Amino acid sequence: MKLKDIQSKAHPTFFKEHQKKLYQSLEDKHTTIEQVDVDDPLNTGMILNMGPQHPATHGVLRLMLELRGESIVKTKLDIGYLHRGVEKIAENKTYQEFMPYTDRMDYLSPYSNNVALCTAVEKIADVEVPERAHYIRMIGSELARISSHLLWLGTLVMDAGAVSFFIWTFREREKIYDIMDNLTGHRFTVSHARIGGVANDITPEAMGLIKEFIETFPQELKDYHKLLDRNRIFYDRNENVGVLTTEDALDIGATGPVLRASGYAFDIRKFTPYARYTEVEFEVPTRLEGDNLARYYVRMEEMHESIRIIRQCLDKLPGGPVRTDNAKQAYPSKDEVYYSMEGMIHDFMMTDTGICPPEGAEAYHAVEAPKGELGYFIQSDGTGHPWRLKINAPSFANLQVLENILDGEMIADTVVIIGGVDPVMGEADK
Amino acid sequence: MDLTSTLKSSIDKLNEQFPGKIADIYQSSGDTFVRVDADTIVDISRYLKEELRFVYLSDVFGTDRYQSDDRFEVVYNLISLRDRDRLFVKVWLNEESPEVDSVTSVWKAANWFEREVYDMFGIRFRNHPDHRRIYMPEDYSYYPLRKEFPLLGIPGSIELPSTTPESE
Repeated sequence: MKLKDIQSKAHPTFFKEHQKKLYQSLEDKHTTIEQVDVDDPLNTGMILNMGPQHPATHGVLRLMLELRGESIVKTKLDIGYLHRGVEKIAENKTYQEFMPYTDRMDYLSPYSNNVALCTAVEKIADVEVPERAHYIRMIGSELARISSHLLWLGTLVMDAGAVSFFIWTFREREKIYDIMDNLTGHRFTVSHARIGGVANDITPEAMGLIKEFIETFPQELKDYHKLLDRNRIFYDRNENVGVLTTEDALDIGATGPVLRASGYAFDIRKFTPYARYTEVEFEVPTRLEGDNLARYYVRMEEMHESIRIIRQCLDKLPGGPVRTDNAKQAYPSKDEVYYSMEGMIHDFMMTDTGICPPEGAEAYHAVEAPKGELGYFIQSDGTGHPWRLKINAPSFANLQVLENILDGEMIADTVVIIGGVDPVMGEADK
Repeated sequence: MDLTSTLKSSIDKLNEQFPGKIADIYQSSGDTFVRVDADTIVDISRYLKEELRFVYLSDVFGTDRYQSDDRFEVVYNLISLRDRDRLFVKVWLNEESPEVDSVTSVWKAANWFEREVYDMFGIRFRNHPDHRRIYMPEDYSYYPLRKEFPLLGIPGSIELPSTTPESE
């Protein structure tokens, strides 16, 4: 069969235009006359589309890169592939009903998100939280921070070329999943915090697992340091890559470890302390270099500090209830619901109407999530549903940073820089 | 909760510098809100950043004050790192053509935040360097966070790629 005039022989049944173009390009191969750009005689200019389906983009991030040879001239990010409109959903749910959605925002550290929502609602509705609940929340949030940083570490090192490392950090993450399973009843999407406290007390099994974890984990961290700190390949791939100066970081609105690695010690836990972070001692790890290596050191230090905080929380953990006793503000305990009429009614009222902040009230409350400042702004119209709920997502702010720091870097460093910024699309896309 | 001394002096200076442009100052749940005239937002922002050291823009977001005069509201969430203060600056915009000057010339961070407000509420930002939608595709013609937009979305409002080839 002669291979000339493929077009007349092919009868595509779907994507006709696409197939036609493909056959056309097959026909035209080697006969194409390339136009030479006078500014670019070697024809090194190229537009590269990366993602949204790319393993190194950690989800559905899409980058449009304008390349000149191997260096990136310009970058544009395209986000929104995971946009589910959670802010719109929130306006149609009671505050407690919205909790499971927050798990799915930054799905690498759901506990912090639950705490962020609860603290914001507690602020606007003026709910008192028992001491013990504060400490349990802190333990949960710090475990979530370690869990999130472990995933970041595994994928960063994997992006830099060492695949087996990912398995080792996941072994430790698995232990945190087990703790969450015992502590909250769920491994992944925990929804443990409640408005006015937490869902349940720490079980003895969970307590044992947490204690075991904080004993064994520092040794693991030491091993990670031993493997990576002086590793020539890892060091060279991260040093002086994706540099962000302090001024730029503040101007572009970097947050969390990205800002701290650029030399500004901004941490919501110190800036506007919530829960009982004033009662525990911890440092805010800060680096001056602003490159990817600095981000690595900052996050590694943060894991050390988290262990330190958990240890202090366990020492100081006071007794008492884990949820406020005011039935107008929080769910009654299950004992009350099953054995008393009032408990049942209150449980029904909380589910049906929920907590109603005063009409016209506005409140913003932020927590330090693993990725940075995670804030909830709530406007109330006096009903059980928020009139407007705005989520200030740290990944969104950090992705904007990414768009700015990629320019001028090498194409091969793109994946490492994305890894260093550590975006979670569930949160950035809302 | 009372104002911190630094925040109080910042607001006093703002009042002094822009007489008649500050429409409202109030507190709610411990947060401080200042509503200003929409036409002067860039001047006020520059003053806040350069003189009062609100160097860090944490967020910009819109709200829909449905059925009120001046329907839309844009809120700027500012942080003064020196004084450890947080201040919310608001502007109100009308329903027919909600438009306000972009503050990207003051804080670069405003770029994406304002794009998000535009995408969700249809509020336009004058002199914005990259005035595009951010979450929804460009060919989408609705603004999802406006109150009249239905929760379930509008069927057929967005073309979805076909995943099953049509049989002949």
